[in-house]
Amino acid sequence: MAAVLIRPSAHKSRLRLIVLQALLLSLFVTLFARLWYLQVLSGDVYQARAAEQSVRELVVQPPRGLIVDAMGRPLVANRASWVISADRTVLGRLDEADRAHLLRRVSRIVDVPVRRIEARLVLCGQPDAKQGVCWNGSPYQAVPIAQDVSQAVAVKIREQAEDYPGILAQTESLRAYPSPFGVNAAGVLGYLSPITAGELDEAARRHDDSVNGASVVGRAGLEKSYDSWLRGQPGYRKVAVDSMGRVLGDTGEVQATPGDTLVTSIDARLQGFVEDQLHRTLVNARKTFDKVTGRNYAADSGAVVVMEARTGRIVAMASEPTYDPSVWVGGITSKQLKDLYSEKNGTPLVQRALQGQFAPGSTWKPLMSVGALNNGFTPATRLDCSSGLQVGNRWFKNYESASYGYIDFARALQLSCDTFFYRVGLKFWNQYGSDPENVDAKDPLVSIAKSFGFGEQTGIDLPGEASGRIADRHWKLAYWKALKDQYCEIDRKGTAKNEFTRVYAHEFCLEGNYYRASDAVNYAIGQGDTMVTPLQLARAYAALSNGGTLFEPRVAKAVVDPQGRVVKRIRAKVAGHVKSSKAALRYVDNALKGTPREGTLAWKFIGFPLDQVQVRGKTGSAEVYGKQSTSWVATYTKDYVVVMMVTQGGTGSGTSGPAVRAIWEKLYGIAGEGARPVPGKAVIPGIVPPKGLPVFTRDGSILPPRSTGGAP
Amino acid sequence: MTILPVRSVLPLRRTRPNLPRTDWVLVSVAGTILVIGLLLVWSATSADDRLTGGHPTGYLARQVVNVLIGLALAAGVVVTDHRWLRILTPVVYVGSIVGLLLVLVMGTTVNGSRSWLMLGGLSLQPAEFAKLAVVVGMALLLAERTEGSRKRRVGTVEVVGMLAIAGVPAALILLQPDLGTMLVLSATVFGVLAISGAPRRWIGSIFLAGVTAAAAAVVLGLLKAYQVNRFMAFTNPDLDPRGAGYNTTQARIAIGNGGLFGQGLFDGSQTRSGFVPEQHTDFIFTVAGEELGLLGAGLLIALFAVLLWRALLISVRADDMFGRLAAAGIACWLGFQTFQNIGMCLGIMPVTGVPLPLVSYGGSSMFATLAAIGLLLNIHARSSTRPARAPVPLRSPVRR
Repeated sequence: MAAVLIRPSAHKSRLRLIVLQALLLSLFVTLFARLWYLQVLSGDVYQARAAEQSVRELVVQPPRGLIVDAMGRPLVANRASWVISADRTVLGRLDEADRAHLLRRVSRIVDVPVRRIEARLVLCGQPDAKQGVCWNGSPYQAVPIAQDVSQAVAVKIREQAEDYPGILAQTESLRAYPSPFGVNAAGVLGYLSPITAGELDEAARRHDDSVNGASVVGRAGLEKSYDSWLRGQPGYRKVAVDSMGRVLGDTGEVQATPGDTLVTSIDARLQGFVEDQLHRTLVNARKTFDKVTGRNYAADSGAVVVMEARTGRIVAMASEPTYDPSVWVGGITSKQLKDLYSEKNGTPLVQRALQGQFAPGSTWKPLMSVGALNNGFTPATRLDCSSGLQVGNRWFKNYESASYGYIDFARALQLSCDTFFYRVGLKFWNQYGSDPENVDAKDPLVSIAKSFGFGEQTGIDLPGEASGRIADRHWKLAYWKALKDQYCEIDRKGTAKNEFTRVYAHEFCLEGNYYRASDAVNYAIGQGDTMVTPLQLARAYAALSNGGTLFEPRVAKAVVDPQGRVVKRIRAKVAGHVKSSKAALRYVDNALKGTPREGTLAWKFIGFPLDQVQVRGKTGSAEVYGKQSTSWVATYTKDYVVVMMVTQGGTGSGTSGPAVRAIWEKLYGIAGEGARPVPGKAVIPGIVPPKGLPVFTRDGSILPPRSTGGAP
Repeated sequence: MTILPVRSVLPLRRTRPNLPRTDWVLVSVAGTILVIGLLLVWSATSADDRLTGGHPTGYLARQVVNVLIGLALAAGVVVTDHRWLRILTPVVYVGSIVGLLLVLVMGTTVNGSRSWLMLGGLSLQPAEFAKLAVVVGMALLLAERTEGSRKRRVGTVEVVGMLAIAGVPAALILLQPDLGTMLVLSATVFGVLAISGAPRRWIGSIFLAGVTAAAAAVVLGLLKAYQVNRFMAFTNPDLDPRGAGYNTTQARIAIGNGGLFGQGLFDGSQTRSGFVPEQHTDFIFTVAGEELGLLGAGLLIALFAVLLWRALLISVRADDMFGRLAAAGIACWLGFQTFQNIGMCLGIMPVTGVPLPLVSYGGSSMFATLAAIGLLLNIHARSSTRPARAPVPLRSPVRR
């Protein structure tokens, strides 16, 4: 029974297997027949078509990451622009006359000389390549020949593609500066310029495919420091083109990945305000008469640093003279570049706040006080603030030869008494270093300056920072060694131009390495060869504010990827702690509260609510040989440090006092003279900068951080 | 004389201690295809720096790893007792359903269809495993229904059951949407149903239903115009000039450029320049066409034909329903997929994303195919050695 039942089924099954086998066999015979047809019967046709087509590689440059302020306001953004490129392969197939004709027509509409286009199309490394113009990218890549052209030009090329074989119009993104609240910040943001052949080779060696021949890379500021984050990853599109450059289709595409967004701790509103104040200060100073030199102040440059005292973050940083960062976009002309470097324009490319080095003047005294109070001097110490002091063969005057009798450190700081600090410097020199040739003599005032981070870079996340210098015994010896031959020759041959130089050359040649008492007293009041950057001074004052912590300042706060995820949080690193007793720091901190109340700043702080907002500060004016003095104001509260510097600007309080006061009023929401601070009206609501990061929404908009700093 | 007594003594005969019988023809054909496949993957990728990131042998190395994993999988299947395989079948089936569901929920979209599952650094295509799962699932259902019971006819219940087993993964694959896999799966299911001995009216009506559904999808606009154009672009590249039309044209140019003897391995100008998209995966046959010519590419087609012949032979010789159906199903699957893939490269089949078994770059297809070949060898080892079952299938069934 079973067999009877199963047989039809099994039989059917096997029969169908045979059918299946035949079917599959016929399918494979079909395949073979078709293969034969393609390869043998019509092989010639396809071989001809294969020879005709070529691959064109298009690089899709990624949009660079944004740079935004602490509230998420873009400081650096992108805009779309048109770039015209040429496909070398297609141009190579045209005959000589057609090619020349085509290039002439392209030259006319994109307004670039034919000669330059020709030079651009030559691969770097070929014998006739012109450095700087030649194409250093891949030979299959379309070569950009004109950037940032008008849409009309692009449309023309696109619509009449058959008249422009091998010429392409594509969009790319270029840097744009939205300038919220008038922010310039050129020195902080930095700029971009095209990649060099050397950099491209280096990238190729490291298998770094984030750059290509048409890339631009960060050259200064944040653009340089965070280049690898901001850069993004280029995409590539390979298209097959026929002999006339007509696109046949895509053979492959790798999407470009936009760069990451850089969140900074800069507050655009404050930055804009600070820049404006600095500018006004310089303009006003230039209208002010200088009794010493008998002409108006030159006020040729200036800088302001606003730092968060507890974290070392930069909230605003301004520098004058400055320039419009958009001159770099799409290529800078040599004239524009010359202007940026020119002395006549005040070298706007130099970011004074961290690249300018100046004698600190009296802003140095609080730091010297900390050193003295840790090395034998006490709050009870009284020294004579006389009108002058004889040191060696020279009479050192007090400022305007004033005399205040015996006073303590606090009063000496508020009055900025020079003779008081001469005596401090002299005492240490007599105690440890009266042998002028002993370079290793102990010097508490030098030690404390090092401890406050002077003489070395702060380590801020901006490139090109100056290190300043402490003019100690080692420096003096090194300086003498470097220059002695030159001065000794002037002395020997008697070629000095004037009497001053003759005497100076003679003395320098003989004993220019000597660290004399006069050097020590000069050093104690921040005059002489010691140099600091405004940024260094700001971080030293931040240490006074926060109890002795020295930060590596930071402008960047976080890196956020295009999807809005935080990739990296950036915090100011602690660079060290000032070697001082807490008591000494507290004493100086307290003493500096007196400066705006009854000291050198008092006349500029009338009606300021010092009881609520305890601004501490110190003014200074540093003498510079052959120039007008450098004006300094260094102030701080428990929250912020504000340091302002104006070269050839006269006294600190007189020149910078109003601007510094205005910045403090802005920071604490003070409406003017006699008004009380209103935290809600502060430039950063709640006064303290927000801890959180801006919120990056899915639709691409950026909202302010949810948590703002302090009180509502 | 009947099959029943033979079946009942089978378990006793399994005590023989020697090596499992091996179909050496199948093994050597599959091995040769694998080696040719590795060379083609190497050639297709070595010139493309963007793809390999500057390591010309990067893809080759990864494909070697894929092959080794696949071979280990196949070896595992070969040595596993067939009763265990039948127990594991539902696990494989459910596993691939879960994989397909996961793809729909959290899959990665590549080329317009959501068919990839990223697990750590590994990307899997559950649809590849689903094809194997459907074949063994249907075979198991029929085997369970017919072997134990007195009723040995394949009736309505069995057909509906088998359709249900195929229907769930098919629906999930349609949702991705992966038209190519759907075509291969339909052909496979149809083949298994036919071999199972289902009544002719069922075979006929299922075929009609399939054709009607496809026509309805077009007529009722379930498929968008661009999808239809894309599908039909192989007949006229202008229907989708930048997409499938471009692919099919470039594939034809590359193959046509090969001529009788080919341009030589690693020397195909079209392959070197990268004109053919997806050349190391779906369009790998164009490398064979351009670089090995009619002789090489023809040999590859012949090797596949031999492979399928051996698979069908194993089906014919199988002693039990499970083995016969599973082997036949694998033959349908690999046969139709090979035809679909090579046909697409040659411009006689629509451009859809199905890999060439054992050749295309990628792990999932390699694993599933090698596991299937392992299963073929397992079934072969288990089948009786009686010479009465002649190697030529034409004679055997009727004689008994």
